[in-house]
Amino acid sequence: MSQNSSQPMLDRSDERVRHDDSLAAMARGFIDRVRSGDLGMLPVAVGLVVISVVFSALNPIFLAPNNLVNLLFDCATVGVISLGIVCVLVLGEIDLSVGSMSGLASAMVGVLWVNQGWPIVGAILAALVVGAGVGLLYATLYNRLGMPSFVATLAGLLALLGMQLYILGPTGSINLPYASSLVRFGQILIMPDWLSYTLALVPGLVMIGRGLRTRTQRLAANLSAQPMRALILKAVVLTAALEIAVFYLNLGRGIPWMFALFIALAVILNYALTRTKWGRSMFAVGGNKEAARRSGINVRRIYMSAFMLCSTLAALGGILSASRLASSSQQAGTGDVNLNAIAAAVIGGTSLFGGRGSAYSALLGIIVIQAISNGLTLLNLSSSLRYMITGGVLAIAVIVDSLARRSRVSHGRA
Amino acid sequence: MTATLQNAPAKGESVLRLRGVSKNFGAVSALTDIELDVKAGEVVALVGDNGAGKSTLVKVLAGVHQPSSGTIEFCGQQVTLDSPAKALDLGIATVFQDLALCENLDVVANLFLGHEMSPWALDEVAMEVRAWTLLRELAARIPSVREPIASLSGGQRQTVAIARSLLLNPRLIMLDEPTAALGVAQTAEVLNLIERVRDRGLGVIIISHNMEDVRAVADRIVVLRLGRNNGIFTPDSSNQELVSAITGATDNSVSRRAERKSHVQENQGGTV
Repeated sequence: MSQNSSQPMLDRSDERVRHDDSLAAMARGFIDRVRSGDLGMLPVAVGLVVISVVFSALNPIFLAPNNLVNLLFDCATVGVISLGIVCVLVLGEIDLSVGSMSGLASAMVGVLWVNQGWPIVGAILAALVVGAGVGLLYATLYNRLGMPSFVATLAGLLALLGMQLYILGPTGSINLPYASSLVRFGQILIMPDWLSYTLALVPGLVMIGRGLRTRTQRLAANLSAQPMRALILKAVVLTAALEIAVFYLNLGRGIPWMFALFIALAVILNYALTRTKWGRSMFAVGGNKEAARRSGINVRRIYMSAFMLCSTLAALGGILSASRLASSSQQAGTGDVNLNAIAAAVIGGTSLFGGRGSAYSALLGIIVIQAISNGLTLLNLSSSLRYMITGGVLAIAVIVDSLARRSRVSHGRA
Repeated sequence: MTATLQNAPAKGESVLRLRGVSKNFGAVSALTDIELDVKAGEVVALVGDNGAGKSTLVKVLAGVHQPSSGTIEFCGQQVTLDSPAKALDLGIATVFQDLALCENLDVVANLFLGHEMSPWALDEVAMEVRAWTLLRELAARIPSVREPIASLSGGQRQTVAIARSLLLNPRLIMLDEPTAALGVAQTAEVLNLIERVRDRGLGVIIISHNMEDVRAVADRIVVLRLGRNNGIFTPDSSNQELVSAITGATDNSVSRRAERKSHVQENQGGTV
């Protein structure tokens, strides 16, 4: 740049923009954003506090370390499915068949591995390939025949459930061997304490490292940069929160490897959505499909990648739930799996209307959903009541999404 | 009052050459045997009434629609524009009437959409610097490039759309109604911008209903009527000439009305 430092920075030359540099100003900026409907993680935070207070008052076991460890095991299965849902929701589409897809994948693993004697890796790969194939089919129906994803996947819901029942045959349930690595992964394998403490440091360190690099680059390019103080404060708060959580969970059994796998997938998806051209194209297609097409984005390929990713992750979620339950049954993937996966993404802040969302919304949303489900189970409520309450929570989540969207539109942030 | 022409490097060399281009939508022929030439460093205005085929022609050149017949030569080579990406790669940039921006993304993301720097680890800093430099060159007043497009005014969005078309260093730039949504000062800015682009040696096609704007910047005015060429004019041809070419001198609502009146009188004369 040819400017010297006495001139205003490139992005600071317009006096109409307020720049929130001090900590107080950043808090003010946050309140402004929430008011304009940019809720971010707020619904999750509020939800978790309410859930913890209510359920621990009703049953103190709810907050016991080992119950929370179980909660994390359960989160991982549906959470992985929810990651895929985030991908299709960002495009403004939906996949209603993820539950059936996960059920089919779990049945495939049971049949191929236990009944047919395939090696376990082969059975898992076969289930994932079928998942990818189903996604490819949805994408083709959508791209070539213009079939709305809502209808295509609703048809898929029935068809895949039928396939699941067909390959399971009359017995209807296959038990997976308890000693196998797959079941141990889903029920027993826990990260060593020292490793979990070390890994909990990583996000804070990455945040500071990346923040410093961006800061140097931006200052070198004569752009304003985030103040150091705010960056360090954020990193310290995040690290402290993570370390406390890890400490508390380590009072019980510790952090499940399965949950670590879920977090790793969420981190990878988050990188892909925010830092790659593919992710940018996803949000562009979700925001304005025709504009994306005219900027030279291959819209069909974007749809294909999202549907395939969603079905493959649903299949992976099904395999994880088979390992969690140590069985492949006719019940796998039925009931509330579909809606829980979708609700988790929406509660976490991914919009049903497309163009907004993040991988972490699946991570945080599924913790809320599973906490409710876990708390209701602890209260020994019948499934009739549990379904009604979960349905109500989903409705509230969507209402919050709709109202926030309306507010964003009126504040020019749609 | 044409602006002073500077000698741009490739000036005078043919950029675009259309011969016999037709486009049918089912039974309706939106374009019939269109001929159009654009040279480097030249502003060609496309004018015509509603439904004359201006926007269809732009969409054909942008790769959005495929022509039913005819040939398109770009920089001396015959080309097929079968997708927007192909047109962009060749160096044909378009500012559409509806701007085609993604409202949920910020200005930087929109400018670089489909052409991001380092696709596997987006270089946000470099893109932001390039965005500010480009907007500076256009004397654009965008408060912040990190706000979503939804928060910008119509004129600011127009500027972003024009800036985006210039990002890839195109050879030809097409603007569909660039001043329709703009105020007086912004319109002047856009017209200045068009002249600056022309002086850089680009071919420019501008569509407008505003004859004053057209005269101010165009080197040639191509009139379309009902999907056909209906004459080529210079900016100093009279308003009367232009309007009659646009509406059809011999067949327009005014002449038809006069004709109908005379028919009625004749018939009445016969019966009485």
